[in-house]
Amino acid sequence: MINLDIDVAVIGAGPAGLAAAISARENGSKDVLVIDRNSWLGGILPQCIHDGFGVEELGTSLTGPEYSEMYIENAQKLGIDFLAKTMVLELKKNLEIIAINNKGLYKINAKSIVLAMGCREKTRWNVMIPGDRPSGIYTAGVAQGFINLYNIMVGKNVVILGSGDVGLIVARRLKFEGANVLGVVEILPYAGGLPRNVVQCLDDYDIPLYLNHTVTYIKGRERLESVTISQVDENKNPVSGTDKEIKCDTLLLSLGLIPENELSKQIDIELDGLTGGPVVNQSFETTVSGIFACGNCLQVYDTVDILSIGAKHAGKYAAKYASGKNMISNCFVNVIAGKEVRYVIPQMISKPGKILFNLRVENPKNSAVLYIFSGDYEVFKKKLPWAYPSNMIEIEVNITEDIIKSDNDLEVTIDDR
Amino acid sequence: MKNFHVAIVGAGVIGSSIAWELSKNDLDVVVFEKGSDVCSGTSKANSGVVHSGINSPVSSLKARFCVEGNKMIKPLSDSLGFSLKMIGKFVIAKNEYEAKIINNIKKIGQENGVPDLEIVDENEIKTKEPNISCYQALWVPTAGIISPYEFTIAFAENAAINNVNFLLNTNVKDLKKKDNNFEIKTNRGVFQSNILVNAAGLNCREIVSYLEEPDFNIYPCRGEYLVLDKEYSDLLTSMIYPVPPKELGVLGVHITPTIEGNILLGPSAEYINDSEDKRSTKKMMKTLLKEANEIIPIFPKKAVISAYSGIRCKLASPNEGGWADYRIEESKKTPGLINLLGIESPGLTAAPAIAKEVLRMISKSLKMRPKLNFETRNIRNINISEMSSKKKSDLIKKENRWGRIVCRCENITEAEIHKALNNPLKAQTLSAVKYRCRAGMGRCQGGFCTQHIVRIMEEDFNININEMNLKSANSKLFYGRTREKKND
Ligand SMILES: Cc1cc2nc3c(=O)[nH]c(=O)nc-3n(C[C@H](O)[C@H](O)[C@H](O)COP(=O)(O)OP(=O)(O)OC[C@H]3O[C@@H](n4cnc5c(N)ncnc54)[C@H](O)[C@@H]3O)c2cc1C
Ligand SMILES: Cc1cc2nc3c(=O)[nH]c(=O)nc-3n(C[C@H](O)[C@H](O)[C@H](O)COP(=O)(O)OP(=O)(O)OC[C@H]3O[C@@H](n4cnc5c(N)ncnc54)[C@H](O)[C@@H]3O)c2cc1C
Repeated sequence: MINLDIDVAVIGAGPAGLAAAISARENGSKDVLVIDRNSWLGGILPQCIHDGFGVEELGTSLTGPEYSEMYIENAQKLGIDFLAKTMVLELKKNLEIIAINNKGLYKINAKSIVLAMGCREKTRWNVMIPGDRPSGIYTAGVAQGFINLYNIMVGKNVVILGSGDVGLIVARRLKFEGANVLGVVEILPYAGGLPRNVVQCLDDYDIPLYLNHTVTYIKGRERLESVTISQVDENKNPVSGTDKEIKCDTLLLSLGLIPENELSKQIDIELDGLTGGPVVNQSFETTVSGIFACGNCLQVYDTVDILSIGAKHAGKYAAKYASGKNMISNCFVNVIAGKEVRYVIPQMISKPGKILFNLRVENPKNSAVLYIFSGDYEVFKKKLPWAYPSNMIEIEVNITEDIIKSDNDLEVTIDDR
Repeated sequence: MKNFHVAIVGAGVIGSSIAWELSKNDLDVVVFEKGSDVCSGTSKANSGVVHSGINSPVSSLKARFCVEGNKMIKPLSDSLGFSLKMIGKFVIAKNEYEAKIINNIKKIGQENGVPDLEIVDENEIKTKEPNISCYQALWVPTAGIISPYEFTIAFAENAAINNVNFLLNTNVKDLKKKDNNFEIKTNRGVFQSNILVNAAGLNCREIVSYLEEPDFNIYPCRGEYLVLDKEYSDLLTSMIYPVPPKELGVLGVHITPTIEGNILLGPSAEYINDSEDKRSTKKMMKTLLKEANEIIPIFPKKAVISAYSGIRCKLASPNEGGWADYRIEESKKTPGLINLLGIESPGLTAAPAIAKEVLRMISKSLKMRPKLNFETRNIRNINISEMSSKKKSDLIKKENRWGRIVCRCENITEAEIHKALNNPLKAQTLSAVKYRCRAGMGRCQGGFCTQHIVRIMEEDFNININEMNLKSANSKLFYGRTREKKND
């Protein structure tokens, strides 16, 4: 067993882990270690060779590899240590990490830990698509990895299920490599991804988008031969008589992401059923003291920019905790996702001050008002010109000592204007 | 042309266990399998249950071989290394009427020689299975679970290291009896043998028909399953079976823990025309979840990580009630042709006993001489998550591939992938890897490990990416490279 003693241990070297590590170092932690199971650093970014990263954060548009390279260089300059090809097997409440690589088994004692494990993709069975079980069915991220990291072509005639950003970007990428993209199928009445990606990835290449449709059958005993798509009603049930068979050899699934929290579950870190990630307070600290969470394992972010900003906060607080400057407070207020709100982060607040809230709405709205109430007291109100589930809303709200000490939960709601 | 003593058609659990029995003797044996690995038919798609013998009529072959096979499984597990857990099963009665039925099942079981059967009341069940609601149950302690592919692979690989020839991707297309030998036509040439064992599962009628007019029909009956995430493994610790439905000759939808810690739900029962139609249907997925809910009221809705179906090889039509006994016999019209017909459930359990019976049948016409250098290889895969820290460290020191995790859900290392790809049968598809070490079988269903396995196949085993298949020879994974690989 190889023993290591460090200040801040970061699990995951994606943009979240990198940003958190850099911020922990900048906030005074000497020994910062980032552990990742991949052979490369940067998490999912090295396979995202399109541009659009950093627009909000840096004011310029970078490709995924460029963006992550920038963080990696910075981290290396700051003397942050990395263990790549290293899988964290176990997390313990006393801030001990058991990891493995081809040099051996590691026992890492940290003063604080940042979780930045990213997320995994939903599969066919998360949505239970009936039919045969041929080859030629990939999740969009896996397909993107094969094309961009390994130069391997996954198919020629492709249907994509799900119009999240990953699906849209992969649609365009396949087109560039000479594949026929026969359509993107989306069960909702609107595209799941960012509006700019719908234009730049589908419209510009005449790729049809089938809204209110889903794949209802998969055919092919060896390689995929066809999929059947059907229109759905308002309850997302297929409408009979609307079936259409599309001959294809490949089906890519872009069905959404699930925050990766296998490790969090090991030590009973409380998870939020709505975000899929840990419940955190304003310092991104989970319900296990000294363990912080950020990036896509906390919630699925729209863009890396916002994710990095959040991760930097997590890194800063982890550094503080490691140096013993953490403020333990037993008094806290719960933050509740109320009417028309899918989720809110943080889920609890234990310290007054200007607090950053991230939230998503349940349904698309053309104009709306966002409220935060503590009992009958209106803490915050903001008019929104529009609100889409696919766009995370960020607001900064001043939370006073009184609000935290009161018996009321903080409730975030959305009203039509 | 080489003449084999025995040729076996089909490398399911039946063909493989027969091959292993034969490999203990000095014989030239060949096995033809049209799939790209052994266990690519019904033997991989079932409940994986070691049955006790309570469900077959007294003095049937099914009862006899099931009870015999059940007794053989523990010693086989110890020597060949497949995992076995004797977790026991409850057949639950929801009311007084069904209680009478389970009493009857108990009686039949006892007559079949099944030990330690016991009727228990609701309270007793609750102490063991708090999530189950029922009135009474029959407790069957001699029922267990195995992984059906590990079981089949254990026989096949042990037969292979004892010189049985397994010809994968080899389809038997025609048969002739010439003088005293069989001439076997395949897509990979013509072969010859003294004895022909028909262990072709659902295709058993076709094999017979090449030689004579079959006196039976096969009625395929599909059973669909759902696999649940390991997260829900503590829902139950033993198997839960309903009282068998009256029609169809099946056991009904049950809930079974799997050897790997998942939970299995199924199978449905539906007669179909095409014995290769292994689809999963929306209707049955719904039905299965509904029936599970009746047994376990708190059954989780969103827990499915995979689905599959297996086809029962029935000799009786639904009109005839769906039940018929096994036919294990030498053809009267074609001496030397040994037929295994209608080997449906409990075929997995019965396989080792059936194999012994077939050996007895063959020894009537062929002289058996025990092989002097017969070898037994324990195929057990020990995963790093089952090892002590010291064991892990030591293994990594010896071979550093043990330190590189390839499948994140099941914690499978590069060493295990290598071992799987180096199998003595030379099966090298993605599924062959999956069934030997579980990489890709977890909740992400290959999302993380596929790329690593592909890299290992390409770099360490020189398999061209255009020749990589998921399972069968036409289930290709890729369509070439977007640009040539640079050597850096
Ligand atoms: C196809 C696609 C297109 C995108 N396009 C854009 C875009 O145009 N603009 C934009 O701003 N954003 C985009 N994104 C989003 C962005 O890439 C992600 O939000 C971001 O990568 C998430 O960062 P992360 O660090 O949380 O997770 P990841 O990048 O997934 O990193 C997590 C890391 O943790 C490691 N890890 C997990 N568990 C363990 C363990 N037990 N032990 C060791 N290591 C572990 C993983 O190996 C991984 O490297 C896109 C994403 C995808 C998939
Ligand atoms: C839904 C279901 C649940 C079951 N549950 C259980 C259980 O819990 N416990 C239990 O004990 N039993 C169970 N069984 C029964 C058990 O699975 C079968 O009895 C057993 O797998 C049959 O094995 P086999 O070798 O005869 O058939 P198969 O596994 O189908 O093998 C036949 C092989 O022959 C090959 N083949 C066919 N034609 C040719 C050809 N022309 N040339 C070359 N190769 C050919 C096929 O590819 C196939 O691999 C279940 C069965 C089903 C369907």
